[in-house]
Amino acid sequence: MQYGYYPGCSLERNAGAYHESTMAVAGVLGLQFTEVDDWNCCGATEFFSVNQMQAYALTGRNLALAADQFAPKPALPVIPVEVAEPPQLVAPCSACYLNLSKVDRYLASSPELAAKVNTALDAGGLHYDPGSLRVRHLLDVMVNDAGYDAIAARVQRALTGLRVAPYYGCLVVRPGFQGQFDDPEYPTTLDKLMRVLGAKVVDFPLKAHCCGGHMTQISEEVALELLRRLLKNAADYQADVIVTLCPMCQLNLDVFQRAVNRRFGTNFNLPVLFFTQLMGLAFGLAPERLGIGKEFVASRPALAKIGTSVEVEQERAVGKRAKQRNDQSLPMPYMPEEEER
Amino acid sequence: MSNDQIPPPHASPDEERVGVYVCHCGSNIARTIAVEDVALWSEQQEHVVVARDYKFMCSSLGQELIEQDIQAKGLSRIVVAACSPHMHERTFRGACQRAGLNPYLFEMANIRELTSWATDDREAATSKAKAQVKGAIERAVLQEPLEPLFVDINPNTLVVGGGIAGLTAALELADSGYHVYLVDRDSSIGGQMAKLDKTFPTLDCAACILTPKMVDAANHPNITLMTWSEVVAVDGFVGNFSVQVRHKPRYVIEDLCTGCGTCIEKCPSRVLDQHFEVGLGYHKAIDRNFPQAVPKYPVIDTTHCTYFQRGKCRACQVVCPTNAIDFTQKETFEQLEVGNIILATGYEQFDARRVPQYGYGRLANVFTSMEFERMVNAAGPTSGQVVLRDGVTAPQSVGIIHCVGSRDKNYNEYCSRACCMAALKFAHLVHERVPDAEVYNFYIDIRAAGKHYEEFYHRVLEEGTHFIRGRVAEVTDAARGPGEEGSLIIQAEDTLIGKQRRIPVDMVILMVGMEARHDSRNVASTFGLGCDFEGWFTERHAKLDPVVTMTEGILIAGACQGPKAIPESVAQGSAAAARVSGLIGRRTIKLEPVRASIEAAACSGCRICNNVCPYHAIVFHEEIKISEVITALCQGCGACVAACPSAAITGAHFTREQVLSQIDGLLWDMQPGVLVLA
Repeated sequence: MQYGYYPGCSLERNAGAYHESTMAVAGVLGLQFTEVDDWNCCGATEFFSVNQMQAYALTGRNLALAADQFAPKPALPVIPVEVAEPPQLVAPCSACYLNLSKVDRYLASSPELAAKVNTALDAGGLHYDPGSLRVRHLLDVMVNDAGYDAIAARVQRALTGLRVAPYYGCLVVRPGFQGQFDDPEYPTTLDKLMRVLGAKVVDFPLKAHCCGGHMTQISEEVALELLRRLLKNAADYQADVIVTLCPMCQLNLDVFQRAVNRRFGTNFNLPVLFFTQLMGLAFGLAPERLGIGKEFVASRPALAKIGTSVEVEQERAVGKRAKQRNDQSLPMPYMPEEEER
Repeated sequence: MSNDQIPPPHASPDEERVGVYVCHCGSNIARTIAVEDVALWSEQQEHVVVARDYKFMCSSLGQELIEQDIQAKGLSRIVVAACSPHMHERTFRGACQRAGLNPYLFEMANIRELTSWATDDREAATSKAKAQVKGAIERAVLQEPLEPLFVDINPNTLVVGGGIAGLTAALELADSGYHVYLVDRDSSIGGQMAKLDKTFPTLDCAACILTPKMVDAANHPNITLMTWSEVVAVDGFVGNFSVQVRHKPRYVIEDLCTGCGTCIEKCPSRVLDQHFEVGLGYHKAIDRNFPQAVPKYPVIDTTHCTYFQRGKCRACQVVCPTNAIDFTQKETFEQLEVGNIILATGYEQFDARRVPQYGYGRLANVFTSMEFERMVNAAGPTSGQVVLRDGVTAPQSVGIIHCVGSRDKNYNEYCSRACCMAALKFAHLVHERVPDAEVYNFYIDIRAAGKHYEEFYHRVLEEGTHFIRGRVAEVTDAARGPGEEGSLIIQAEDTLIGKQRRIPVDMVILMVGMEARHDSRNVASTFGLGCDFEGWFTERHAKLDPVVTMTEGILIAGACQGPKAIPESVAQGSAAAARVSGLIGRRTIKLEPVRASIEAAACSGCRICNNVCPYHAIVFHEEIKISEVITALCQGCGACVAACPSAAITGAHFTREQVLSQIDGLLWDMQPGVLVLA
């Protein structure tokens, strides 16, 4: 399958591992990602609060470039463009994904805004018609286009023994935008993906809570408290590794972990990896090809647990097991099969 | 009197004298439509002798206007442009009749619901109103006088659903001396109310007030109780319904069973009861819902019965002292003839798993309101003790979350009406059973509109329950600090103090809302009534006719029409029964003479209409190869009229000429020849 690929600034620097592992995994799954030529910054989370018009134009430029580059080329017989599916643009970064999707929607709902943005784009000889791209997050493409079954079929080395806390962050699940693919309050796609790879997914109630974003630069006090909650929650559930799908989340949890430990006198030592890195490991790819080792909190000790025997989990009393004679406990509510793992 | 006996009414449509009356409906119509203009314009149309506009045509004075004109001006057709015929067709037909004009020579143009309420564009609305009037005139001149049909009413009534609404309706009808078939798909009557412990605001025990009614129903000579049964098909029309009921096999011979319960005791298969105990308790593979179940006969749950699953066991059969167990029972079908049907099929609880941030199913000590209801019930899984999921520990703090799945655009936008009061009741019961416990109610608004409801709210306030106004963001076990460790934390914005609050509690109760039954649309189509967007049955008029549906003879009562607590359900059950007994008391019912008839000479005997008719009202005479409509069965739906390839079928009051003329009239300002009518 063909996709336009918008890496975003982070994937060129701090989240290089995300880019490398994405490309490696995409290759295995037969997904073709073609980078947008001459793309620019999406405006990240803060530029929209600084100058909204400029931020729309900034993101609009990327949309215009991608729409032009990936527009269906007239083939024979000519298929009317309106009938054809719009080309798809994939963003691995949650902020990029949200901004691209958000701007597309705002432009579609406000013709005046679209006209203003297009006036700005006109200076560079560009034009964007809202709706001419379908913006997707990388995780969405992996689990819904490639699919769990195809991923399962590629697993060479199941991540048995690894306890994973799946962390979504707050941007990718924001409701009401084009491309929403999971429950905004309690997403589960990454959980399922990790299970498919053979990992043990721990309950992680804060999975969709904020990591602080750029708060680390504005008010470190606020940011570190948010990070502490996440790290504590993952540690409480004995996760070996936090897995994420956003460069900002990865950076905050990884790089600022020492700062959290210093401020709160804690001793967290939780490596934070991208989901594509774990996919690559399960596919049997070499760690070097996946950017493993670039993280601040070293992941190798945790990854050494892969393949070790799993401790026997205490089964929950879901009514399947015959109750003990003197067990007075009440049954847990029945849950649909797929949630029971 | 059948249609063909009516004398030929008129020489030619050209000679008809039409009166047109345009209603202002106060400002309802006049605000958007230039009614005077419509009246003046109408007066200039062909056939029209007089046209008037009037403030309220439905008033006595408005009606008299029509009556006087009929007599003074010799009008032979009346057109009223006003509201929906559902509102006032009957009113104006009455006026015609009083003035000596056959009521079916009247035509109504709905310029309110279809026009003035639908737009703010005065010009367009006025123009559309004129077209509607023109259509009505063109149709009216072709109308023929008709006589109503009278049919006998079968005095038997079918009540579907044995919850408190259906039970009330059945008992009232039976007490009035009419026979009732009470059908319930569950193994016992009692409905949702049978699961409850106490009822607000008086806190009397639900079983104590419900079970006497259940016993009355079982023993009443005028009630035939059919539990573990479902209605599968309904034929006929008001006064003469023919209903097919499926009796599911109980595998217990009711005539022999004494209800002693030995089989239940000896049954080795104990399974989670997802139905009556909502997953919090267990039942045996042969069991009844609760000790006071009516009827007392148990039912075998074949999916869990060892004999049905593995072919051996038969413990119940061995121990039964009266040989009442019969594993070979098959479902049976029964045909009932009834005159009216009352649907009281109730509601379902909202599935709390749909709100994952509240943790139901994931966090052990999050309960639904119905689970808690079973817990506080003395006959429930904990014998009335309030305990955590471990079955022994009493909670020291309980958080009650209102509006779970209600008043929320993500799920249901409506208010479920009964849960606020139930939440207050729960707060009281927690205080009663665990005196030291702290109780927090997280609410949006407290809806305590009902007799003695507000007083009950104050009582609960004074008992020391905490009320936090704000929607709960999440329930979590992710502790931020030592104070929260081991608790469930409820995070909510307290909108009264404008702050985020985190309240650690031991137990959370989710006040789940009410939803229409998952299969309510199927049930509606079986009985031929309408459902709204959410699946609730649609009443004829939300305010003035809440228990009658648009289908004559089909009534609704209780929570199948929308969320309701016990008092409203009882009121509707009684209301439906009163309507039915009023109808039965009349012995006959007047039906619209809108019926199809087949012109024998034109019938080719193709039999297409035989299969199209949903009422089985068309018979085929094999000897002469001609189909005939049985007028008493025909409902005037028009399906056969449209289907007949020889145009041999005519629908009275909706003849081909009448309908096509009306369309021509509606399109009077279009270019002639543009529209080709096939």
